[in-house]
Amino acid sequence: MQKNVMEYLEHTVKRLPDKVAYANEDTQITFQQVYDRSRAIATLLSNDGFYKEPIVVFMEKHPNEIVAFYGVIYAGNYYVPVDEEMPRYRLELIFKSLQPRAVICDENTQRLLKGLPFDGKVYRYDEMLATAVDEEVLDRIRDKQIDIDPIYIVFTSGSTGVPKGVVACHRSVIDYIDNLSEVLRVDENTIFGNQTPFYVDACLKELYPTLKFGATAYIIPKSYFMFPMKLVEFLNKYEINTICWVVSALTMISAFGALDKEVPKFLHTIAFGSELFPIKQFNIWRTHLPDARFINLYGPTEATGMSCYYEVNREFGPDELIPIGRPFSNTEIILLDENNQVPKPGEEGEICIRGTSLTLGYYNNFEKTAEVFVQNPLNKSYPELIYRTGDIGKYNEYGELVFVSRKDNQIKHMGHRIELGEIEMAASGMDGMKSACCIFDDIKKKIVLYYVADAPASELAAYLKSKLPRYMVPNVIEALERMPLTPNGKIDRVYLKSKYMTEKTGKPQVDSR
Amino acid sequence: METVLEILRGLHPEIDFESCDSLVDDKIIDSFDIVSIISDLNDEFDITIPAEEIVPENFNSAKAIYAMVERLMEE
Repeated sequence: MQKNVMEYLEHTVKRLPDKVAYANEDTQITFQQVYDRSRAIATLLSNDGFYKEPIVVFMEKHPNEIVAFYGVIYAGNYYVPVDEEMPRYRLELIFKSLQPRAVICDENTQRLLKGLPFDGKVYRYDEMLATAVDEEVLDRIRDKQIDIDPIYIVFTSGSTGVPKGVVACHRSVIDYIDNLSEVLRVDENTIFGNQTPFYVDACLKELYPTLKFGATAYIIPKSYFMFPMKLVEFLNKYEINTICWVVSALTMISAFGALDKEVPKFLHTIAFGSELFPIKQFNIWRTHLPDARFINLYGPTEATGMSCYYEVNREFGPDELIPIGRPFSNTEIILLDENNQVPKPGEEGEICIRGTSLTLGYYNNFEKTAEVFVQNPLNKSYPELIYRTGDIGKYNEYGELVFVSRKDNQIKHMGHRIELGEIEMAASGMDGMKSACCIFDDIKKKIVLYYVADAPASELAAYLKSKLPRYMVPNVIEALERMPLTPNGKIDRVYLKSKYMTEKTGKPQVDSR
Repeated sequence: METVLEILRGLHPEIDFESCDSLVDDKIIDSFDIVSIISDLNDEFDITIPAEEIVPENFNSAKAIYAMVERLMEE
């Protein structure tokens, strides 16, 4: 029985030591190199006394960063990826929450550590590689390791303003990777083109299947996602045949007509997720790549990567939604209505996930963990956890699960999961802020912030840019005299949303982005 | 040209767009900006910017953006 994710690498390195595992335009790393270098890193971490703790990996998105991740795992620790894209403020919150004792940097990120609440050990990735591998030390670590030991923490948006760190272990990742690979039909000939950042769990799709099957993963430069033709050229240059991108990256290509000029002709598997795919854009892709497999993936970070899949097997009209489909093998989806009962077929309920795929919970936050990782209300006999996603779904006439809406104020925007509450909390931090309320225009895909304060919108815009990741900065910021309230005294979001949607044009607004 | 500058200033009021010619190279504008800029340009000038025009050279400065817009308006 496999108990450690690195066993994927150990099997592959014997078969294909000199095959390229990870690459970008300047660098290629073979499986042997991944193996040797990660074990050198692990030896050093272990000799320096780091064991069973979070190790921050703060590097530029690069094949080397992946090696650093594995080095942390080999040493019996869990990696916490952070990125210079994250605003200072967020990095500070993460460091405060984690209190890590070590960080692995590269020559570019090392200087960014200054000013962060961290006084532990700073490692330079390139220097770590000089360490001689100590097989005995690593064997001992492996001996003691069990499959519920954590391997990473990934931070997601928190509605109270503090990001939540989701802790995942070997077992749920192995469960995910084995089942995902089957659906995607990954094999030795798979060539991935990675788009998703390394600080979200979406990148698991390229990282671990590459190890398991001896495939190759290219890391596409982020800037190419601004220029659709460059993107398609990259896909063809490296003969990329499998991509798992957020919808907005795919629509970047289709919306600007790039596929009419050049088709990524090697693509045979296109997985997408994290947002609804506008049918018009989807059909453009389908028309240009009629023989490719298109697979919709759905799942929260809390259930390790993705939980459900749907392979497109019929035509979709402009008003239809591509279903979420069915759970991966070894995962169960349970719908629960307001009474915690299973709704009748075709009726809505909250999507809940049961299975080994559940992560361990949130780091340093037992309270929030207990709110969403709960006892299965349908099971009165013995302890059994389910994860409540906060997504509402229902089954269509084909028995496929379809996403209906969120239960609350979480949105998907530019491929990212965002709690509107986090934006509101950030705004509330500004001096003089009396009230703030965020709504989402899901038609034009704009985040709209209403606020009550004396400061002008431009000041609030500048303030928020320094506090929030780029994709969370509101597109529109408007000052109000006072916040409309419901009879209960809560901010009347429904009113604000309908006010915005009907008044979109002709009102003086600051486009803060 | 003034319209182009307004669109850019709306995204990054702190940048001097009249003189900067390395907007893309220096990562002053990013992928969110590009999508926003293209959308605004299409609306304001009643053009449709095709994929082959969406290249770094056309977005590195306000001048380059405006030159592209003029070219497309003529077609």
